[in-house]
Amino acid sequence: MLEVKDLHVTVEDKAILKGLNLTINAGEVHAIMGPNGAGKSTLSAVIAGKDGYEVTQGTILFEGQDVLEMEIEERARAGLLLGFQYPVEIPGVKNIYLLKAALNAQRAARGEGEIPAPEFMKLVREKSAEMKMDPSFLQRAVNEGFSGGEKKRNEILQMLVLQPKLAMLDEIDSGLDIDAMKVVADGVNSLRDANRAILLVTHYQRLLNHIEPDHVHVLVDGRIVKSGDKDLALELEARGYDWVLEGSAA
Amino acid sequence: MSAPERFLERLTARRAEDPSWVAARRQAGAARFEALGFPTRRDEEWKYTDVRRIAEGDFALATDAAFDTARFDEQRLDIDAYRLVLVDGVFSAELSRLDGLPAGVSLEPLSRAMAANHEAVGGSLGRLAGVDFSPFTALNTAFAEEGVIVRLAPGTVVDKPIYVLLLSRANERPVMSHPRVLIEAGARAEATIVEHYSGEPDAANFTNVVTEVLLDRGAIVDHYKLQEAALTDLHVASIHVDQGRDSRFNSYNLNLGGALVRTDLVTDLNAEGAEAAYNGLFFVQGRQHVDNHTLVNHNAPRTFSNENYKGVLDDRSRGVFNGKVFVKKDAQQIEAYQNNANLLLSDRAEIDTKPELVIYADDVKCSHGATTGQLDEEAVYALRSRGIDEPMARALLTLAFVGEVMDKVRLNVIAERVERAVAGRLPERFNLADLVETAEAIQEA
Repeated sequence: MLEVKDLHVTVEDKAILKGLNLTINAGEVHAIMGPNGAGKSTLSAVIAGKDGYEVTQGTILFEGQDVLEMEIEERARAGLLLGFQYPVEIPGVKNIYLLKAALNAQRAARGEGEIPAPEFMKLVREKSAEMKMDPSFLQRAVNEGFSGGEKKRNEILQMLVLQPKLAMLDEIDSGLDIDAMKVVADGVNSLRDANRAILLVTHYQRLLNHIEPDHVHVLVDGRIVKSGDKDLALELEARGYDWVLEGSAA
Repeated sequence: MSAPERFLERLTARRAEDPSWVAARRQAGAARFEALGFPTRRDEEWKYTDVRRIAEGDFALATDAAFDTARFDEQRLDIDAYRLVLVDGVFSAELSRLDGLPAGVSLEPLSRAMAANHEAVGGSLGRLAGVDFSPFTALNTAFAEEGVIVRLAPGTVVDKPIYVLLLSRANERPVMSHPRVLIEAGARAEATIVEHYSGEPDAANFTNVVTEVLLDRGAIVDHYKLQEAALTDLHVASIHVDQGRDSRFNSYNLNLGGALVRTDLVTDLNAEGAEAAYNGLFFVQGRQHVDNHTLVNHNAPRTFSNENYKGVLDDRSRGVFNGKVFVKKDAQQIEAYQNNANLLLSDRAEIDTKPELVIYADDVKCSHGATTGQLDEEAVYALRSRGIDEPMARALLTLAFVGEVMDKVRLNVIAERVERAVAGRLPERFNLADLVETAEAIQEA
């Protein structure tokens, strides 16, 4: 589904990713871990098309399409969605506007007509209930005045409505208490199926207790230096990153 | 012949039946207008607004009020209201609905009041807007032959809005009209009054309206000015408000239409507890020019004013905001807040904004601010990252910008109409109006 090859990325002339390779297949959940400044967030931001990142070398293919040639909105419509670490507040734009406009944009890209109003209302009500969000949140401006946890739940709500093929979640666990973590994790888990993939970017193993990954990668200094299964995350939790660094240097 | 002479020439002949107090008033207005002439950009108050298009125009006076009924149904607000309709300044009995007025409410066309020679009307008319306020009020005073007189007896709470619809036709020759609106609210009376300017798409007339609002002790008036005239229409308006003790005046000045629009809004807070709220929105495109001059006079202690004007400017449009708050020497413990925010959608649009506080008292709470900017690019990205294309993202954010003012609008029918008009003017790849409807449906569910 996603194939990242030899990806080099600079931010303001500083090299952040230095030859990253990653393959994600449908049905899989991948977790990217690593110390601060390793380039974890850069990877998902570049895939999602955020400004300010320059790809100097390498390719990103999503279902065979060259992602780097696609506009930001085209990537989202194709099924690549990034849940932000720091969701932006958009004063005055109601959640419901965003959800409906985004969903209809996706449908239009597939050649489908706009979603009928009753169907849409049913859908968003169901999904907000799943995220334990009061329907009144739909009327509120996107993330405006939301607590940290509410913002994260709102990101997942968007995912549940838009049903991406590849959901990328950047530090979705930061700032969440245990209860909110569970709601968020349940939301993410409900996206899991054989046709979809999930890419988690996280500092902590904690999230992976709730969302069990198939593959764990350690990103250090712009490259994936070690990959393994979920046990690798536990090992990182117990031993820190230093042993990986030593191992890769050797 | 000078421009004032050319305008005043139209004044003759039609006035034989005027009562003497009206005739005297007209003469005073005409004399003052002739002496002042049209303002030029050398006048500080007209620095950014050139009225040559009006001064050089040749406008007749309309003689009938015929209007296409299909178009009328399309243009009028769908509200249950007492309705008075003027077409190019001429009263239309046919389109008006003045029946069933409750006790204590008087609503009549100015012509009728003048014909009946109401002394009450004569006494109040012109009290707030004299011939010296501007050349346009002088011109209005000279010409005013039609308009609206609203009088509310003390304690009267009007059950429905009073809806004044002023229509402008696409005439073969442009016409001018000088409507006069007088609203007198007795003690503790309450009413919502809508002045709605609309008409045919190619209308290119000159409307010069003067509105006076007198609020006695404890009266509450919501006043809407919804300007949706053709993008070729010329429009000058001044609204003058006099507020007694504990009265409240809520102004909603919503401007979408017109080629050249100038609105002056002046409130005198004359007694303790008087409160004025100014909500303003203008959305201009093409080569539209909209100038809003507002003034709040805090003449008494413990009076309050809160002003929020927002402008959205596209293409090569121009906007002017000049907001003045004046606090008299002994007007202690007043509160006055003012804000003007503008959004420029195009590099070639221009806004001149000048907030001004003049304070002679020392125990006051005042603030003012003006901001002008473009859309928040981070928000544009956030929306695009969900699959919404760029024009749509910008449209949503623009709608959000005006939403802050529209949320204050208490007549839903007006809020929806403006939101739809704004949405309709934005690049429409997807159905924004449908979004607004969906949100409303969910709200109601």
